[in-house]
Amino acid sequence: MESKKLIKIATAGSVDDGKSTLIGRLLYDTKSLTTDKLEAIEKTSRKRGFDYLDFSLATDGLVAEREQGITIDVAHIYFNTAKTNFVIADTPGHVEYTRNMVTGASTSQVAIILIDARKGVIEQTYRHFFISNLLRISHVVVAINKMDLVDYDEDVYLKIKTDFEALVEKSNFNTEQITFIPISALKGENIAKQSELMPWFVGNTLLDHLEVLETGDLQESSVARFPVQYVIRPKTEAFHDFRGFSGVLYGGNLNVGDEVTVLPSLTQSKIKSISLFDQEYEVATPGSSLTVTLEDEVNISRGDMLVKSNELPKSEKQIAATICQVNNKPLRVGDKFTLQHGVNRVLAKVDSIESLIHTDFSGEEPTQQLKLNDIGKVNLRLSKPIHFDSYTENKSNGSFILIDEGSYDTVSVGFIE
Amino acid sequence: MSNLLIPNPKEAESIHILREVAAQFEKPVLLFSGGKDSITLVRLAQKAFYPARIPFPLLHIDTGHNFPETIQFRDQLVAELGLELIVRNVQDSIDQGKVTEERGRYASRNTLQTTTLLDAIEEFKFDACIGGARRDEEKARAKERVFSVRDDFGQWDEKNQRPELFDMLNGKIHQGQNVRVFPISNWTELDVWEYIKTENIEIPSIYFAHKREVFFRDGLIWTANEHVYRENSEEVFEKMVRFRTVGDMTCTAAVLSEAETLDAVVAEIRDSTISERGARIDDKRSEAAMEKRKKVGYF
Repeated sequence: MESKKLIKIATAGSVDDGKSTLIGRLLYDTKSLTTDKLEAIEKTSRKRGFDYLDFSLATDGLVAEREQGITIDVAHIYFNTAKTNFVIADTPGHVEYTRNMVTGASTSQVAIILIDARKGVIEQTYRHFFISNLLRISHVVVAINKMDLVDYDEDVYLKIKTDFEALVEKSNFNTEQITFIPISALKGENIAKQSELMPWFVGNTLLDHLEVLETGDLQESSVARFPVQYVIRPKTEAFHDFRGFSGVLYGGNLNVGDEVTVLPSLTQSKIKSISLFDQEYEVATPGSSLTVTLEDEVNISRGDMLVKSNELPKSEKQIAATICQVNNKPLRVGDKFTLQHGVNRVLAKVDSIESLIHTDFSGEEPTQQLKLNDIGKVNLRLSKPIHFDSYTENKSNGSFILIDEGSYDTVSVGFIE
Repeated sequence: MSNLLIPNPKEAESIHILREVAAQFEKPVLLFSGGKDSITLVRLAQKAFYPARIPFPLLHIDTGHNFPETIQFRDQLVAELGLELIVRNVQDSIDQGKVTEERGRYASRNTLQTTTLLDAIEEFKFDACIGGARRDEEKARAKERVFSVRDDFGQWDEKNQRPELFDMLNGKIHQGQNVRVFPISNWTELDVWEYIKTENIEIPSIYFAHKREVFFRDGLIWTANEHVYRENSEEVFEKMVRFRTVGDMTCTAAVLSEAETLDAVVAEIRDSTISERGARIDDKRSEAAMEKRKKVGYF
């Protein structure tokens, strides 16, 4: 398990772009569809009178969806090859569901943007790329699907590629992190096997491409941030004086002996030990859930943060952020929320709403409120300072959620500037 | 001292979730079935809070139709780790007239568990119930959140779930609500088996191939036992079998297997083409069986 790579993928496409079919095809071609599931698909396909296997049935989960024939929420799908474990966060591409794609993309390193070869780059493609760009997804695959319906024509592929590249020009996304692949999910062309019907395409198949992505390329590299999640005090004979600080390490390595500063108290100490369960380590790498002890007795509680003393983050009570509204209740100036930044919570008030951002790259406009699925710029005032980096510098330390004080629902996700 | 800590991403995520539970809730409980998934959860919880003890009890909803090997294993594990175990019995819910025993060919106490579970949550005022469900098990579970908020009636409202962004978990709830927590949401069956192997975790003997009296119905292998309804025409055979999931005898089918060691089991799972829930009789009832049970508070 440790030796296998884990790659998390968000898929985006409209209802009719064949996204469910693509996922079903990936499962089928990696032999991840089990006999009983395959039989269920065959049975239902026959019942509906199809002369092909409707792989979309492998992923369409809930009853309501089966009735409407569309995907309505984020579903997680798992498959693996000999070298790699994959998790797909399947997010609906329908216009109303920006929220879901943002959610799925927040945990993904790769986004697959599906384009129907017959329709080309449409408004929704803009949205999907906009979100990939906003969330700083490490790698984007543009899968031009339904090539079987345009006679596997290279010109169609080139036209779409050019149109998409024009879109990338409008963003600050690195073109080297984008790959174009012409596919037919229905027929399995360029998914796991190189298509003989598109000899003009010399790149990797979709699956080969996903496999050669290096985990290293997909991880953000930044400086170490260690938000304290839980304080461990065993109060047993053997560990009478033990005080461990547990949490996930983000951004960079942490070493035994590192000089650290505790925020917000600004107390300084040194890392005495790093451990996971009964094993001790010299160095911890990002993504680890671990427990540290310090050389000095320091008063630390949940929500505090340990950082290397020469790498302090910003500490402010006033923050500017881009937010995406993920709840039916609109966000207005003066609204108060609980802001959760990692595991830390403070109170927040909306000071101003600067603008509503058009997700088709056509600019911004002033607005009084941000409604469900809107993306906009806001200024927040906090009850206490938080210790943050900008989202572009450190994703985990530059993002937050807003929790409604009445319903306790998560209403917004924010990316700090 | 090993030098470099390189995370197992799935393990690190699960530990993070368990620590969030302990930090955000007042009365969490770990739902323990004696199956491999809940045993894995216990190991993850040990790791999350070491060297302190696991800061919440285990709750077992006992249908009375468990495999005896599972119960024996449960008691041994609890004793070894010094854990607190709470047991509540479906039989008591039946005796109190709260639920009615199913009759006939497919009679099972599996759905009756829900009532006993909801009563236990109310009795102990549990605000977070940690379970070993995984998203890869079943289609409806693929959309389940890590923190899944349930109302006073234990109901799951799949259209109204809180979005979960990055690894930030929002466990804020109102009085009477509780949260079902799924720390191994993102694990597959193979992940669990490989973890059990790497970590050298003990599991009940029924997961390994053994001789058992069984009979065949609907293409599945059923345990021949007083708790399982069987027609006279359904002949009993002795076969080498093992179980891939451990639930009630009445709803857990066996698979033919010669895999007597962990290595052999892992190899078998890797090559397997029958999904784990394919051997769950309760899911065969209808295509939307799981979703329907979840809506009324089933785990």
